[in-house]
Amino acid sequence: MNKILRKRQLSENVNEYVVQAEDVAKHARPGQFIILRVDGEGERVPFTIADIDTKLGTITILVQTIGMTTYKLSLLNEGDYIHDFVGPLGNPTELSEYKNIVLVGGGIGSAVIYPQAKFRHQNGLQCDVIIGARNKSLLVYEDEFRQNADNLYIVTDDGSYCEKGFVTTKLETLIKDGKNYDCVFAVGPVMMMKAVCDLTKKYGIKTIVSMNSTMVDGTGMCGCCRLTVGGETKYACVDGPEFDGHQIDFMESVNRSKFYKEHECECYKRELEKNGKN
Amino acid sequence: MVKTERNKTITRPSEVRVKDFEEVSQGFTYELMKAEAERCINCKNAPCTSGCPVGVKIPEFIQCLKNDDLDGAVKIIKLDNNLPSICGRVCPQEKQCEDKCIRKLKLGGSVAIGSLERFVGDYALADSKPIPKPSKRLDYKVAVIGSGPSGLTCAADCANAGLDVTIFEAFHEAGGVLVYGIPEFRLPKDEIVKKEINKLTELGVKIKYNTVVGKTVKMQELLEEFDAVFIGTGAGLPSFMNIPGENLNGVYSANEFLTRVNLMKAFKKGSDTPVFVGKNVAVVGAGNVAMDAARTAKRLGADNVYIVYRRSKEEMPARIEEIEHAIEEGIQLKLLTNPTKILGETNVEGMECVKMELGEPDSSGRRRPVEIPNSEYVIPVDEVVMSIGTRPNPLLTREYADLQTTKRGTLIVNEDSQETSVQNIFAGGDAVTGAATVILAMGAGKNAAKTIIARANSKNV
Repeated sequence: MNKILRKRQLSENVNEYVVQAEDVAKHARPGQFIILRVDGEGERVPFTIADIDTKLGTITILVQTIGMTTYKLSLLNEGDYIHDFVGPLGNPTELSEYKNIVLVGGGIGSAVIYPQAKFRHQNGLQCDVIIGARNKSLLVYEDEFRQNADNLYIVTDDGSYCEKGFVTTKLETLIKDGKNYDCVFAVGPVMMMKAVCDLTKKYGIKTIVSMNSTMVDGTGMCGCCRLTVGGETKYACVDGPEFDGHQIDFMESVNRSKFYKEHECECYKRELEKNGKN
Repeated sequence: MVKTERNKTITRPSEVRVKDFEEVSQGFTYELMKAEAERCINCKNAPCTSGCPVGVKIPEFIQCLKNDDLDGAVKIIKLDNNLPSICGRVCPQEKQCEDKCIRKLKLGGSVAIGSLERFVGDYALADSKPIPKPSKRLDYKVAVIGSGPSGLTCAADCANAGLDVTIFEAFHEAGGVLVYGIPEFRLPKDEIVKKEINKLTELGVKIKYNTVVGKTVKMQELLEEFDAVFIGTGAGLPSFMNIPGENLNGVYSANEFLTRVNLMKAFKKGSDTPVFVGKNVAVVGAGNVAMDAARTAKRLGADNVYIVYRRSKEEMPARIEEIEHAIEEGIQLKLLTNPTKILGETNVEGMECVKMELGEPDSSGRRRPVEIPNSEYVIPVDEVVMSIGTRPNPLLTREYADLQTTKRGTLIVNEDSQETSVQNIFAGGDAVTGAATVILAMGAGKNAAKTIIARANSKNV
């Protein structure tokens, strides 16, 4: 059982949780993830680590309410406990060999790039950041990025805040303006990551993405999170979650991510009804 | 000698049991147990014991049963086997002890040793007397990684000897393959596995759940805190065939399919964890895990379930009882058949297979299956479960490279002591042997415990 120390609503349906987890925080590094079960009957769901405090022994995760488990989580408050919380899983982000990088975050994906921005900032390494969301209310971590990015670019699909457009539009403009990035680290919805990779392939810029596949154990024993990278089957949990974006079969991953949609919708509906909502 | 027929255990009728997940075999009644025990002629050289991987003194415990001395039988079995209620259910007895029984061919069939062992094991589990505490406590700390059969056994023996034992378990529940792999209808979790684990904690064994050694805690940290480490991490990495279409929706590894159903309780209505069950399901492979997956699919409501196996029925590696039960439950065997391609756009729509014939014996001594040219045909299925074996998980050996492994990724150990290439790190079970049996894993755990206890005693002199 892990205690929720702080809960902060970042937007209409995105919450940030700071969870007491000394064991996880001790070895956690940017890019890794945890798996949690909300209650004793819950499914196992992975969440990327958004922040680590080794001194306080806490792990921060960002949760967008999109289904049953995330809805159940949204009902928990400070002082409540998460039934199971295991990690850090997967491999840390490894970007130290790149000098001139841009981090691209779409929606909640910004949570994944944030620890990398913080890490680079603290170590005196350059780092530009583009974050984008459908509209202003879905943007997260703006202040955090302001403090940690050399340049922060914000875009919204509907133009409700900052520049109107997609992260890819902004990225292309920056590349054309001669930014000379040697690496792009993009995290967000699969189709956004695919769009970024299609663009950077054209310009020959190394691009790393973080895959948020469905998982059960997260240690390599079920194969649920498998994806095709460079023609080979890889497991997001133990081989990733980060991969060379130019090698990934994104359409296969999109298809796999839809497998349980129907069940998820049913469960979500059931859970809402149970709580007197519809 | 009188030729009395082997007594059959009580088995729930297939048409009833296929609708639920309750245990199929109900074992022996007391009377049947007595009658079966009487069939043992207590032969002098006890060939059955030589057939047991851990050398359980079989005729001796059966003699106790003849005398209604169940406590005596428990004592004798537990000298060599900590988990008789589990082994009685899942050991391939027909290839081990029962294969060597003098009654096998001409005297009504082998004594049903497995079922007798199960009877004794269940009796021991039902006993609610407090477990005797170890007579002494030693200042010696043991870390056991994984709570499957080898880890549980090693932990129990060490704790009984007065050592301070902590089990590290990656999942939120203990039992390893006993809880995520073997289904409820073959090995009840609450009645059997949980009780065994409760007995361990009663003994003073601590269990740290949600702890992945190599990730949550590093091996080096364990070595600093503990005097000895036992690795019982099993063979959890599923193999796939590397044929086209394997990443389509509806293709599972048996591990994933069974973990969703068993550990995550997807078999219960309204479970949070989803599992897809097709109308027509192909399970590729013919071991116990394949039988488990096939029978699970049937119970979840599949109309047709096929076992697809490239060799013939004779070579099927599963326990005979499981194959028989599967057939009774309507599982269809597609033998001498090998998948070549899984068809579909987004979801599985069929599986292309090629017919095989048996050629010359291969290195395993079994006749090698050879493809029959131009014999491809399509089995109409909407779900495929790959059950063609597992390998050890490299997670730990990647993090702690001092551990020497074979090319297959199994840990190299000294056979007498179970010690790895690193002093005071021991290993046993599937992590050493590759996918094998519960009883072998248990034996290895026991063996390692012997060495660990000896070290503890010499340190505490």
